[in-house]
Amino acid sequence: MKLTLRVWRQKNPDAPGAMATYELDGVSQDMSFLEMLDVLNEELIVKGDEPVAFDHDCREGICGACSLVINGDAHGPERTTTCQLHMRSFQDGDTIDIEPWRASAFPVIKDLVVDRSAFDRVIQAGGYITAPTGAAPEAHATPVPKADADFAFEHAECIGCGACVAACPNGAAMLFTSAKVNHLNVLPQGSPERETRVLDMVAQMDAEGFGGCTLTGECATACPKGIPLFSITAMNKEWLRATRKVKR
Amino acid sequence: MALNFWQSTLGKKIVMGATGLIMIGYLCAHLLGNMKIFFGPGEFNAYGHWLRVMGAPVLHHEWGLWIARIVLLAAVVLHAVSAYQLSRRDIKARPQKYVHTKPRMSYATRTMRWGGVILGLFIVWHVLDLTTGTTHSGGFQEGHPYQNVVDTFSTWYGNVIYIVAMLAMGMHVRHGFWSAAQTLGAGNHTRDRALKAIANALAIVLTAGFISIPVGVMTGVVS
Ligand code: HEM
Ligand code: FES
Repeated sequence: MKLTLRVWRQKNPDAPGAMATYELDGVSQDMSFLEMLDVLNEELIVKGDEPVAFDHDCREGICGACSLVINGDAHGPERTTTCQLHMRSFQDGDTIDIEPWRASAFPVIKDLVVDRSAFDRVIQAGGYITAPTGAAPEAHATPVPKADADFAFEHAECIGCGACVAACPNGAAMLFTSAKVNHLNVLPQGSPERETRVLDMVAQMDAEGFGGCTLTGECATACPKGIPLFSITAMNKEWLRATRKVKR
Repeated sequence: MALNFWQSTLGKKIVMGATGLIMIGYLCAHLLGNMKIFFGPGEFNAYGHWLRVMGAPVLHHEWGLWIARIVLLAAVVLHAVSAYQLSRRDIKARPQKYVHTKPRMSYATRTMRWGGVILGLFIVWHVLDLTTGTTHSGGFQEGHPYQNVVDTFSTWYGNVIYIVAMLAMGMHVRHGFWSAAQTLGAGNHTRDRALKAIANALAIVLTAGFISIPVGVMTGVVS
């Protein structure tokens, strides 16, 4: 298939960026979106142009490194990561707009690569347990009710890609933060820090300059892992509970 | 603690949700009271009088009314201040728009901010029109709310301002009620359909109910 790509090009964080247009021929329907960009980059290198910078790592939908807003959708038209999106989701002759995640807490480093270290700092504020962990313990040592285990797992699926922030009209990180809070807060292993975790992670989320939630639901629609919007509701509940319990 | 609460985006949002619910509760009571207009001037004016003696003999004359006014004023101010501060923050958090944009959010969701501003302006006008009488069209008569209402809805602009504001209110309540449930941590998968149904029912009943009054005056049912 033959495509017209309009790609955000930006030399460095301070340079002004702009959309650049490229024609790309010979794209196979079986290529992943990132393989299609690899082909574009090979052509650019042969021509002596600078290749398009984009993030990727596992290319199997588990690491959360890949990003890209494709035709206005974070991770493109399917509910999956960009690395797992295939060109069969597009038509021959399509024009495809490719932009970086947009949020002031995620500044552009170069082209389509943004700095997502704000997420790392939110995790550092409380997305861990303090119990000493050695080798994996005997699985039945700490019983967890099935419903809690399911709830924790649903939220543990978050790969921290940032699609929720990119899709949110307020650049809010509520879905990410709530997934991380809920995952640990419901489990016995996470309960010693149940209150401080939610208070500290939310405070860090605010300090990073993410926006607030207006319940538009864009985040949950964009999430490649299907973290539900009610994850945010559950975090709000945890936060309210924690403000009542913890006196600071 | 109180300061920490207010400084958090979650805390501000919770204030916004709680004050929004207080205002929705007030709107329901206000609508029920206003419906008395369809039973004639005697009944409606008597209701207006009762508002002044409500709570007697425990409360002094008009104390109940003033307590309600103070609570409502505090709710409107806290709601508007948190909405303003959070909106400023939200806009700053997403300075650059996407080149490729699609409208996705529902109309009610997209119009919360401008709808809120319309409601704020409406509240000011409404108080000046029918409570203080400052901007009232006819000769405003203290203690004769029935006639005052008829006078207001005998002008074209009175009807237009009121009906537009009530449509905005319906939209605001539709997204607002459901949002407040999420903000206060009350929503989940199983309750969602019920919450959305209540939000829609509230929006429709409040909007249709309030609009029935100017329509009543225009059609001569109330005169
Ligand atoms: C009759 C008056 C009003 C009622 C019943 C009402 C009700 C509500 C409710 C229940 C919410 C949801 C809060 C949440 O998300 O948890 C809300 C949100 C909001 N309100 Fe109001 N409100 C009223 C007036 C106003 C006014 C005067 C303003 C503007 C100054 C305003 C601006 C907003 C904004 C910006 C939001 C947030 C929208 C969003 O989350 O997307 N509202 N309102
Ligand atoms: S590259 Fe790892 S999730 Fe896409």
